[in-house]
Amino acid sequence: MAALCVEELLARAEQRAAEPHRSVAVEKELELEFDLGNLLALDRNPPPSMPRAAGAQRESRLRSLARDNTQLLVAQLWGLPAGRAEGATGPLVAQLPEPSYRLPREKPLPRPRPPTRWEQFARLKGIRRRKRTSLVWDEAAKQWRRRWGYERAGGDPARDWLIEVPAGADPNEDQFAKRLRDKREKVARNEFNRLRNIARGALPGRGLHPTGHQSRAELGRATQVARVSTASLGRFQPRLPKEPAAPPPRGGKKRHFAPLLGDLAAERSRQLELLRGLGSKKPPLDLTRAVNKQLREEDAQAAAGKGRKRGQRGKRGRQRPGGGKGPAGGKKGGARRQQQRPAGRKRS
Amino acid sequence: MEALDRVVKPKTKRAKRFLEKREPKLTENTKNAILIKGGNANLTVTETLKDIYALKKPFAVLYKKKNITRPFEDQTSLEFFSKKSDCSLFLFGSHNKKRPNNLIIGRMFDYHVLDMIELGIEKFVSLKDIKNSKCPEGTKPMLIFAGDTFDLNEEYRRLKSLLIDFFRGPTVPTIRLAGLEYVLHFTAMDGKIYMRSYKVLLKKSGCKIPRIELEEMGPSLDLVMRRTHLASEDLYKLSLKQPKALKPKKKKNISHDVFGTSYGRIHMQKQDLSKLQTRKMKGLKKRPAAKMTEEDEGISPKKLKSV
Repeated sequence: MAALCVEELLARAEQRAAEPHRSVAVEKELELEFDLGNLLALDRNPPPSMPRAAGAQRESRLRSLARDNTQLLVAQLWGLPAGRAEGATGPLVAQLPEPSYRLPREKPLPRPRPPTRWEQFARLKGIRRRKRTSLVWDEAAKQWRRRWGYERAGGDPARDWLIEVPAGADPNEDQFAKRLRDKREKVARNEFNRLRNIARGALPGRGLHPTGHQSRAELGRATQVARVSTASLGRFQPRLPKEPAAPPPRGGKKRHFAPLLGDLAAERSRQLELLRGLGSKKPPLDLTRAVNKQLREEDAQAAAGKGRKRGQRGKRGRQRPGGGKGPAGGKKGGARRQQQRPAGRKRS
Repeated sequence: MEALDRVVKPKTKRAKRFLEKREPKLTENTKNAILIKGGNANLTVTETLKDIYALKKPFAVLYKKKNITRPFEDQTSLEFFSKKSDCSLFLFGSHNKKRPNNLIIGRMFDYHVLDMIELGIEKFVSLKDIKNSKCPEGTKPMLIFAGDTFDLNEEYRRLKSLLIDFFRGPTVPTIRLAGLEYVLHFTAMDGKIYMRSYKVLLKKSGCKIPRIELEEMGPSLDLVMRRTHLASEDLYKLSLKQPKALKPKKKKNISHDVFGTSYGRIHMQKQDLSKLQTRKMKGLKKRPAAKMTEEDEGISPKKLKSV
């Protein structure tokens, strides 16, 4: 008897506990997908079809569907870790996770600025930017003054009222005009170099992209790629009206084998050449070249080491550990030459 | 792209800041929308644009004058507008005999049209028509998409993605729970898309989660899909690309199980078994003679101590 009573009591208590939950409980066949970072819920269940339903009826059905879905979304949002903003008295705020629904970006990924020609050179030589103070002591004014710009130390040379004619200069030449001209030239040269660096930094040939202006060369490359992008590698592709007759071949070289039978004299001379190479005392390595290469590498490494010792404040000239590859010329070293072999298949 | 190819240098700091704001960024700013009125726009379309402007407000620009352009035929003017006001979402409204009450919703990538979908308005109830309290400006909406149609084909999937992109507003780390007061509900059924916006009323339920009641707020639209212009697969993929710097770095040797317990894996040095202390026995003890010879050989004093 007593056992029954307990069971009854438990059931009643359970019911009482579940009662408030009934008002927030929603039944769904398929569970909703949530992206709480975007406050987004996706309900995959097919909504009740109502092609004939009148306006008011449809509205009420749509609203009840929306209510159920919102209830589920709100339940998820209330389940997030929450806290009080601005101390204990602030409003209740929930920590949202990162949005998970993938959406396209507005703009492409930022591209790192390609190094300028000077930066490349400085890196090779291990030259670092020195941080100079902006204020220097001006002996004449007995004052700390700017190194550059308005009220600079030593006075602005452009405002000199008198210029000494340098030794060996034409006495009739206007030194003021010369200084002005030089300055203008310097500015123009800097601007020119800046533009040249921009032009160098432009990435060549990434296919056609709907941005920016495509250059003639780029378009030409694109047509070349398009031409061979057929199943038959462009063999049956008709020519465009003004296309050059034979476009330069793309890709790697094709191997050509010497015929198995045929030119006996050529084969004989080839073999003899090979034997002579093997028998001779002359080293196959071009010594001068190899030595030069080695020297250049050592130079670069020493420069890099010096730069590192001097201080690691500047970020610009940061050195690669093995950044001592020569700029050009070092490529065709003697080591490469060793691998050269006479063309064709050898049969003995 | 633009930043690097900035051939013309900004002359003032302000101009430089302005240009920097528009450059591609690692974490992007909230997408802005332009709402453009076409050459012929009737009252319905104009009101729709105004209402959507009211919903989007801090992140939208409403063009009030007519712009005679047809996005599906020529996208250049849209691209120009997008570049001018630095907006990557657009909504274009027009009305003509062939396509009455026409809305074109779309988005840009790198100032070029990525996706654009034409929607016809079948029924429109304005924000003003419903005499209810409205939610404050700039409220982040809850977005709900109902209906299996949204996963049926690529066009609907893109439409869903586009609508999320358009209405989601800024991404925020935290949200005030009492401030969740506005739902945009999109239902796709019977070949139509029903867009409804409701104001949320949080009622007491007796438990922690409040009971939700909804109140129609407007604007509500019944839309049908017309023409579409979707980005090619590879361009879309390119636009989805995420920067490597933003991806969370994988932590090595830490794993989690389904219950959320974290496990660590520890790598130990190999144990030197020769130094293992085994059971001491009288028989194995080194005799003084052996000790002497070892000492002669010059073993470190540390080792001798242990013996």
